[in-house]
Amino acid sequence: MNRHLLSAGDLDLAAATLILDTAEQLDHTLAGREVKKLPTLRGRTVVNLFFEDSTRTRTSFELAAKRLSADVINFSAKGSSVSKGESLKDTALTLEAMGADAVVCRHAMAGAPHRLAGWIRGSVVNAGDGTHEHPTQALLDAFTMRRRLGRLAGLRVVIVGDVLHSRVARSNVLLLHTFGAEVTLVAPPTLLPVGVADWPVAVSYDLDAVLAKADAVMMLRVQRERMNQSFFPTQREYSRRYGLDRERMAQLGDDAIVMHPGPMNRGMEIAAEVADSVRSTIVEQVSNGVSVRMAVLYLLLGGGDVG
Amino acid sequence: MIATYLIKGASIEGGGAADLLLRDGRIVEVGGRVDAGGAEVVDAAGLIALPGFVDLHTHLREPGREDAETVETGSRAAALGGFTAVHAMANTEPVADTAGVVEQVWRLGREAGLCDVQPVGAVTVGLLGTQLAELGAMASSAARVRVFSDDGRCVADPALMRRALEYVKAFDGVIAQHAEEPRLTEGAQMNEGVSSARLGLAGWPAAAEEAIIARDVLLTGHVGSRLHVCHVSTAGSVELLRWAKSKGWRVTAEVTPHHLLLTDDLVAGYDPVYKVNPPLRTAEDVAALRAGLADGTIDCVATDHAPHAIEDKESEWAAARPGMLGLETALSVVVESTVATGLLDWAGVARRMSRSPAVIGGLSEHGGRLVAGEPANLVLVDPAARTTVDPAQSASRSRNNPYAGIELPARVVATFLRGRATVLDGKAQA
Repeated sequence: MNRHLLSAGDLDLAAATLILDTAEQLDHTLAGREVKKLPTLRGRTVVNLFFEDSTRTRTSFELAAKRLSADVINFSAKGSSVSKGESLKDTALTLEAMGADAVVCRHAMAGAPHRLAGWIRGSVVNAGDGTHEHPTQALLDAFTMRRRLGRLAGLRVVIVGDVLHSRVARSNVLLLHTFGAEVTLVAPPTLLPVGVADWPVAVSYDLDAVLAKADAVMMLRVQRERMNQSFFPTQREYSRRYGLDRERMAQLGDDAIVMHPGPMNRGMEIAAEVADSVRSTIVEQVSNGVSVRMAVLYLLLGGGDVG
Repeated sequence: MIATYLIKGASIEGGGAADLLLRDGRIVEVGGRVDAGGAEVVDAAGLIALPGFVDLHTHLREPGREDAETVETGSRAAALGGFTAVHAMANTEPVADTAGVVEQVWRLGREAGLCDVQPVGAVTVGLLGTQLAELGAMASSAARVRVFSDDGRCVADPALMRRALEYVKAFDGVIAQHAEEPRLTEGAQMNEGVSSARLGLAGWPAAAEEAIIARDVLLTGHVGSRLHVCHVSTAGSVELLRWAKSKGWRVTAEVTPHHLLLTDDLVAGYDPVYKVNPPLRTAEDVAALRAGLADGTIDCVATDHAPHAIEDKESEWAAARPGMLGLETALSVVVESTVATGLLDWAGVARRMSRSPAVIGGLSEHGGRLVAGEPANLVLVDPAARTTVDPAQSASRSRNNPYAGIELPARVVATFLRGRATVLDGKAQA
């Protein structure tokens, strides 16, 4: 495995498969244990460097690191010197001087983890950079699909919503392509990037046309700030054309699953009864996230035996 | 007392070899074998003599950001690049929107004495795009401003652009437009296309440049004025300019060296040294720009030399300032992209780096032919040299050089400004 995890595109099939297999193994090892903790990363320091608020992702990484017995430091931009104008480079040099073995970075600007990786010796994990990527989200999504559906190669995955601004979509497209899944992106044309024709995906503007054949439907969150920028006329029109409601869910095949990276806008991109249905993997995705992030930290930091 | 120089055996614009005698600021004799007692002899065998380069687009940062560049350090970089005149852009702090500021910059250039620093005046007060600056006062000042630009920002208001184009006719001025429709480029970080889609950086669409060029050439034709288009970066812009010129409208355009060589796939590592506005485009755009420069649709090369302090580039991509150095590498990049590819000969380089920009900027003392009687503004180039670019070696105060480690052809050996050597043996003189 590479020293950093910056993009889902950094992972070839062997590396990506190893992460999912390791996550299964870690999960299996901890299952049924009273003390959910392994000693593998004892004495190692993992820094959660969050320039953007994200309680769920930060908590997930924190839990993953703690279950591997690493020391965890939460370095949030608010209340630190970053909010007083310290540069990313100085923050990086500070963490380096403190001996961080891994830095988990969430940042509002695309490429910030790439810059960080150039300034520190430890491993950098991209925990979401602007509208670029969120590779561990794609890994936990793939892990969830593989568990539920038994395979990834040949799987038909439909990703619906604001692809243009979605780091989740970018990482999923890259990783699912590596695993040999067939991805279809569905969105209003305003929310697809101009360069999408170059991606290894099919594109549709019509959600109803693709649902029947889908094995998994992944709904993306529509950010509040997009709603006043004329990407679509109204919230209601978006919901009517691209939302997953009960009627649309009925078009899905028997075993098809519904996914969402969270946080959801219930009633907007996904109806409450869909989110709470048996097809929904939304809660599983959260718990799988911890296992997958454990696997990533474990492999990056070269921990000892899993068992 | 300016020395008398006898340049021996230089190829004049790539043609036959000749000797040139420079005395009292002028070329006094050009011939097969010139002798002059007491003259300092410069052996120019194997070198090419070209008229001193003229840059229509230079950011010297003074006043305001003397930590990034000063008129003096920028002038030295210019001389080392073979330039004898540069146009200093108006986006300083304070903005060069009054006679006072343009005269200050002009005077600093004279004091440095390394190349002629011709200030560009702002089109609108504070570059804010709402009210015309006192263009006439700047034109009548000691700096004799003829080129006006809000560069860095577009004069986006069509009515204001029309008025500016009309107004400068009174003193044969020209509006140099930074063509960027602001609503189409809000938050834009790089060329919109395959790379921006993958990198998740907000796109700067080619149409945002082309829409403004289309509008402005129509306005220029309508009011019979002069428009100069700064840093043309797209294939579509070249087509629009070709069409405008076919109408006989007085439209000129420049292309930067970096847009002739670099492409947007360099952004992949998020290193802001490649962040520039307009952004690096695609290989197809580069090919169209080279062809446009070769066929005269694009009149000249202008550097858009944009020095930035280290902290303004050592950051996240989106937080970094746009711009790259260009003065010292301009010739080499032009040779690499046009001469080495057979698109231009040396006379063509002379036209696009000296003669045409001098005419557009209204600098009668520059861009002349290398014949007796002309001002002795010239440069000697070694066409056989190859140099690996080392940003640390720059005379600029800044280090945002996108060519670091790249080997490029051709080297400036000597530069003469009105008969005085500003560069000899590739080294700046004082």
